[in-house]
Amino acid sequence: MSDTITGNRALLIEEPLIFEQDSPGRSGIDLPAFQPAAQRLNGLRRQGPIGLPGLSEPQVVRHYTRLSQKNFGIDTGFYPLGSCTMKHNPRLGEKMARLAGFGDLHPLQPASTVQGALELIDSLAGWLKDLTGLPAVAMSPAAGAHGELCGLMTIRAAHEAKGNPRQIVLVPESAHGTNPATAALCGYQVVAVPANARGRVDLAALEAKLDGKVAAFMLTNPNTCGLFEDQILEIAKAVHQVGAYFYCDGANFNALVGRVRMADLGIDCMHINLHKTFATPHGGGGPGAGPTVLSAALAPFAPVPFVVHGPNGFELVEEAGQGPAKQSLGRLKGFHGQFGVFVRALAYILSMGSDGLRQASSDAVLNANYLLARLKDVLSLSFEGPCMHEVLFDDRFLRDTGVTTLDVAKALIDEGFHPMTMYFPLVVHGALLMEPTETESKDGLDRFIAVVRALAARAKAGDQAFFHAAPHHTPRRRLDETQAARAPVLRWRKAD
Amino acid sequence: MRYLPLTEAERAAMRAAIGVASIDDLFIDVPQAARLDRPLPLPGHRSELEVERILSALAAKNLPAGRAACFLGGGFYRHHIPAALDQLLLRGEFLTSYTPYQPEVSQGTLQALFEFQSQVALITGMEVANASLYDGATATAEAVLMAGRITKRPKIVLSGGLHPHFAKVAATQARYVGLAIEARAPDPTGGENLLGAIDAKTACVVVQNPSVFGAISDLRPLAKACQAAGALLVVVVTEPLALGLIESPGAMGADIVVAEGTSLGVGLNFGGPGLGLFATREKYVRQMPGRLVGETVDVEGQRGWVLTLSTREQHIRREKATSNICTNSGLCALAFSMHLTFLGEAGFVGLAELNHARAVATAERLAAIPGVTVLTDGFFNEFAIRLAKPAHQVVERLAAKGILAGVPGSRLWPAHPELADLLLVAATETVEPADIDALANGLAEALR
Repeated sequence: MSDTITGNRALLIEEPLIFEQDSPGRSGIDLPAFQPAAQRLNGLRRQGPIGLPGLSEPQVVRHYTRLSQKNFGIDTGFYPLGSCTMKHNPRLGEKMARLAGFGDLHPLQPASTVQGALELIDSLAGWLKDLTGLPAVAMSPAAGAHGELCGLMTIRAAHEAKGNPRQIVLVPESAHGTNPATAALCGYQVVAVPANARGRVDLAALEAKLDGKVAAFMLTNPNTCGLFEDQILEIAKAVHQVGAYFYCDGANFNALVGRVRMADLGIDCMHINLHKTFATPHGGGGPGAGPTVLSAALAPFAPVPFVVHGPNGFELVEEAGQGPAKQSLGRLKGFHGQFGVFVRALAYILSMGSDGLRQASSDAVLNANYLLARLKDVLSLSFEGPCMHEVLFDDRFLRDTGVTTLDVAKALIDEGFHPMTMYFPLVVHGALLMEPTETESKDGLDRFIAVVRALAARAKAGDQAFFHAAPHHTPRRRLDETQAARAPVLRWRKAD
Repeated sequence: MRYLPLTEAERAAMRAAIGVASIDDLFIDVPQAARLDRPLPLPGHRSELEVERILSALAAKNLPAGRAACFLGGGFYRHHIPAALDQLLLRGEFLTSYTPYQPEVSQGTLQALFEFQSQVALITGMEVANASLYDGATATAEAVLMAGRITKRPKIVLSGGLHPHFAKVAATQARYVGLAIEARAPDPTGGENLLGAIDAKTACVVVQNPSVFGAISDLRPLAKACQAAGALLVVVVTEPLALGLIESPGAMGADIVVAEGTSLGVGLNFGGPGLGLFATREKYVRQMPGRLVGETVDVEGQRGWVLTLSTREQHIRREKATSNICTNSGLCALAFSMHLTFLGEAGFVGLAELNHARAVATAERLAAIPGVTVLTDGFFNEFAIRLAKPAHQVVERLAAKGILAGVPGSRLWPAHPELADLLLVAATETVEPADIDALANGLAEALR
């Protein structure tokens, strides 16, 4: 147990739940004086207390400050979480999103009072179309998985317009879990496509599964092994030959921005994670935004709302079934999408510009290949390079050591690094997927490399006990996830 | 370029370590025909100062709600956010962290989300809540899908008092999973009776309280009817502050409660990001969508928190998952939770009282204007009025004078011309007596 009386360790201070700091009647907010109204609540006034705790402002400030100190963010250190593109989040975006002219706009204000906001959406949409070469973009999806839903529903609507929705969506074995989950939501049966020995889609196996029942093929490119699908033009041709659409999961677009346009690869549809590629903060799990670019064939089916240029300036088309939204699949989100995220993404894009975006993807790929080159002799590289913006290792280097991928991840935490993505993709055993991003310096990478090399040596030297006990220096040591799931405690309750 | 640390010399050294002469050699797997050999013909990089100028100019073309007399609601409500909240929210350890998959370095986010889940459960009167969904509309869709999974029945009844965006999102998402939507027509007079719509095929009835017209209803008869028929009652809330003053959906018998949570802590942001709240009964927790944080202990026996019950989720269950959601609204959930923590029970109830007082004062004032009929009787901080002229014309006219008078019926129900004279008026604590004067005078003049 703890070696201090309080359980505190200098700057790391134990912090109880807000419910354990309650003093009834106390509040962190003073309200202006007012005369309570004669109530018109239809006789439905709440009976009895709610049970919310009362804290003053200084207590609340300390509470969240202390909680924040138990978190690791990009601001804290290197965050090579593969597939998540944890790059620096510029604070200019935060400042811009807080301008009253953006942050303090109600979504149902008359269009005449929000022309600048509509222009901003239109301007970001323009960049996304130019960067991908696709002619349309649905801006309302709230995140990557929501963009997938938008894309597959658009595809389904396009098939239905031709009289047959089709039955199957093909998904590689290495795909993100959101791909099959989304296909199921759209009423499609999911069929997996195996990978070849080079970590890419097995083209022959794909061709064998392609027929008139297939609605779409969903592919992440670069794929989740960090590799560019080098037969992508052949794949696109085969997919289109049976009348299916080619969906690209854009989670890994950061490798390609400014170097490759998705339209030139034969892609019909792709979501873009603004919270990855375009540097908006992930916020401990969101909010994100997943605008979805569409080919000309799919564009008429895009969800509402969207911005159009009208005689009186910019207008919002909010209703499906009429005018420019005649064939629209309908609505996928309340109001107009993740506007606050759009502001941050456009601030980033304008800052980087065409040259900067291309340099960013180049540096992202360079950094990942540098990790590959400097680590492949001590780890086990799953597939020969070059890789794109992330590099995949597996756990063969740990064979017979008694140390697992999980142990290595936890040991990295003690060294001040966020772990890489572990056990994903599923196509290799004990995956370690590292994505350094372009915002990590060479010095930072060299320190990480030195640590990983030392840890690999330590594992191979048989120091199991050290690894199994890691992390040693975190606010909490390894947590019992089995107990959490077996007897779930999902909320605070007053002790009886 | 200020966000890129590598120098040219370092790039060269790294290429040498990799064994390539040029960066292009790392893109050899890209088909030659698809490689761009130079930057796209778009504007180049800019200084922070230049970007600030461009975006500030765009922002200046808008009318911020705070610079107007703002009576807009319709699912988004403008509230004062404590100064300290935003400062805390900007802490990099919250702002720049990922989903808390590594619990030992995420105890801050996890504990805050555990507190969030507890607060949401308390105010909705439910047993459990998740760690958030995208927004209220998508949360409504998820509730509908969940009701279908639990009851294995096909029919979904949507009240006409449900926000039309929420109804439409639910209908879109239900389309391909074998559910049939029966959507009732909007009825601002409060005459809707859903009891007759419930039968043996009904998976759930979805009702909003207060309704999109602001009306507060006693849901207990409906809950009883649902229970008798084996259907679930889904209650939607677009203004969670109302729960400080009115009976909670849980206390009235709801099986699932979903809400748009932006009203606390998040701010307007032109309608996004949103914050979906989702709460239900403990017995349905394994059918719930979205992430859950649970309490546990570490190897030293100390209390801590982890993501749990993840076998419901897409990264484990793939096509059999309860939802495809991955990224949710974590930071918005944190903001919501912070706001409730600042308020506490006394502040939450007091702020709700203040909102109700402002709305009552507004309604009483408007009722006296010729050409205005107040339609909603029992309400919280929003009500519907009928105007003697098309509401959107009146709204445009008042907007030109710096008054955001409310949401015209044609904006939310363009296919219902009978609602064209309807105006939804919301009054929160940010409305001052002078604003009420401005609205009343503006309306009187416009209707003259």
